[in-house]
Amino acid sequence: MRRKAAMRLLVAALIVLHLAILLAGFIAPYDPAAQNREFAYAPPTRVRFFDASGFHWRPFVYAISADFNGVHQDRSQKYPLHFFLRGENYKVLGVITTNLHFFGVERQGRIFLFGTDAYGRDEFSRLLYGGQISLAAGLLATFITLFAAAIIGTVSGYYGKFVDESLMGSAELFLCLPWFYFLVGVRAFLPLHLSPASTFLLLISVIGLIGWARPARLIRGVVLSARNRNYVLAARGFGASNFYLLRRHVAPETFGVLLTQAALLVPQYVAAEAVLSFFGLGIAEPVPSWGNMLSTLQQYNVLVSYYWLLAPALALVITSVTYWVLADTIHHWLQSHSI
Amino acid sequence: MKYLAQRLVRAILLFVGVSVLCFLFTELAPGSFFDEMRLNPQVSPETIAQLQAQYGLNQPLAVRYARWARSVARGDFGYSLAYNQPVAPLLWERAKNTLLLTCTATLFTWLIGLPLGIWTAAARGKLLDRFMAIVSSFLLSIPEIVIAIALLALAVRTRIVPVGGMMSLGYEDLSGLAKVRDISLHLLLPASILVLGSVAIIERHVRASVLEVLDAPCIQSARGLGIGKVRLLFRHVLPLAANPAISLFGFSLAGLLGGSLLVEVVTGWPGLGPLILDATLARDLYVVIGAVMLSALFMIGGNVVADLLLLACDPRIRAGEADAA
Repeated sequence: MRRKAAMRLLVAALIVLHLAILLAGFIAPYDPAAQNREFAYAPPTRVRFFDASGFHWRPFVYAISADFNGVHQDRSQKYPLHFFLRGENYKVLGVITTNLHFFGVERQGRIFLFGTDAYGRDEFSRLLYGGQISLAAGLLATFITLFAAAIIGTVSGYYGKFVDESLMGSAELFLCLPWFYFLVGVRAFLPLHLSPASTFLLLISVIGLIGWARPARLIRGVVLSARNRNYVLAARGFGASNFYLLRRHVAPETFGVLLTQAALLVPQYVAAEAVLSFFGLGIAEPVPSWGNMLSTLQQYNVLVSYYWLLAPALALVITSVTYWVLADTIHHWLQSHSI
Repeated sequence: MKYLAQRLVRAILLFVGVSVLCFLFTELAPGSFFDEMRLNPQVSPETIAQLQAQYGLNQPLAVRYARWARSVARGDFGYSLAYNQPVAPLLWERAKNTLLLTCTATLFTWLIGLPLGIWTAAARGKLLDRFMAIVSSFLLSIPEIVIAIALLALAVRTRIVPVGGMMSLGYEDLSGLAKVRDISLHLLLPASILVLGSVAIIERHVRASVLEVLDAPCIQSARGLGIGKVRLLFRHVLPLAANPAISLFGFSLAGLLGGSLLVEVVTGWPGLGPLILDATLARDLYVVIGAVMLSALFMIGGNVVADLLLLACDPRIRAGEADAA
């Protein structure tokens, strides 16, 4: 019973996380590239219910003003928080243009839930938009890896002999290269400065193609044992073709491994994208990704003074933990349901 | 001896494979060091062609690989076009630091992870075991970059340990012992990031393999014979559980080496990490290849060490050796 409740919680967390990131434009109050140079490094705006005259049902924020000492609250002016208000234009899922935002304040007021960065860009909006890049990179790279791993692992396990030996030999080759060195090494041979879109494609292919070896080995193991099951041998005896056997009997058995591996690989690849962008080898400004947002923290003064810029790290932790729990849950579920 | 010879041949084959792979990347990749020179109107195409001929870049692939492999075998990794000096001394200088960091981290990871794994396995299902399961899940799931940034923020803010680089200013004037102390203090931050990032994996695997052996029939019967709990654990369970754990040693080294790149860059440790990153940004590809090759060499070396340890520890392999002889 407790397991079931935990699973519901997990599914809810996953849905909320992905929906928030998918609908970044709707939830984010500002455009991720919109700069407010006068409000650089503004601390997170506090959403309040109480002022001098007592409690208010509608939450509000105080105005902010900037001088040489930084950004301050200005208590003389307050702006109530509105929901479903009109703001800057954005595209829903990249198709429909609209200007409806989930929340915000009037144009004169500012609401920076997670503060602002060096250019006065809203960290909260950037976090959501950056999540689109980071998560998409993780998911697509995982898809590439598992696609390659499924084909290689199946062929290797099913056909055996020379094919198996050469494929698994090269898998071992890939496994004995330290992963980040390899990743940076491969990245080194590709052009440095590209448009954000091609950088993104390049990045996911590099991350995705380097990681095929480990899942391929696992899939090979499953295929190897599935191939010699009695019912498979019987089907072969009845004249089933290789393709039929693979599709009908062998491939379905690898499903569990693929699912668990996917849940394990996504957070790993999201982190890989973050590291490459952190190094300046990934997605470049002004397009936000969790990695390039973190890269400002390489300056010690930023790291010490502006704690709110650690928000992408928190997002990475939340994503990784939910996916990790997901992998664990799938693993347990498969174990209790296996024959 | 047969086991050892097999392993060595395998290691050498792997290394040759890695070298071919590394070399192929140079060919498959678009762009070269000369691209930026071509954009410069002051440099004529003839000059570039002459430079390419001078560095032997206009010859066929196989010839260049053979030449390159021969010089790598002699310990010469080529010439860095950006640093304008041979790659090998650059690499060795940095590799020493990376090795120092990785070996320290490996040592402490195992010093912490191994007893923890045995302890939690022996206390299966108890409060300690369940508590450690949660802690290790959490550590396993957090990306290393987050651990690195969090610890760095902590270190910069509290100033408990020195941050950045490997030595303090005025290192040269220190006495011998003070020098060691200075480097150890600087080592503390990057090493703890690496240890935190990998200790949970070791703990998990050691726990799993000890549990598996604890349930094995031979141990059950030994327990039935009335062998004491402690003696059973240390004399009978551990040697059998050592095999998977030691095979893990090679992989743990891989993880730590891979992680060290990030940690070195973040904490400013002057290892291979910052070198390969700078070389990547400068498109100084021979340095990149050299660094990747060297990291692969360390890893294969680590695996060979793991094989040797396996031979020394696992009674089953020794028995296999005796049978073969």
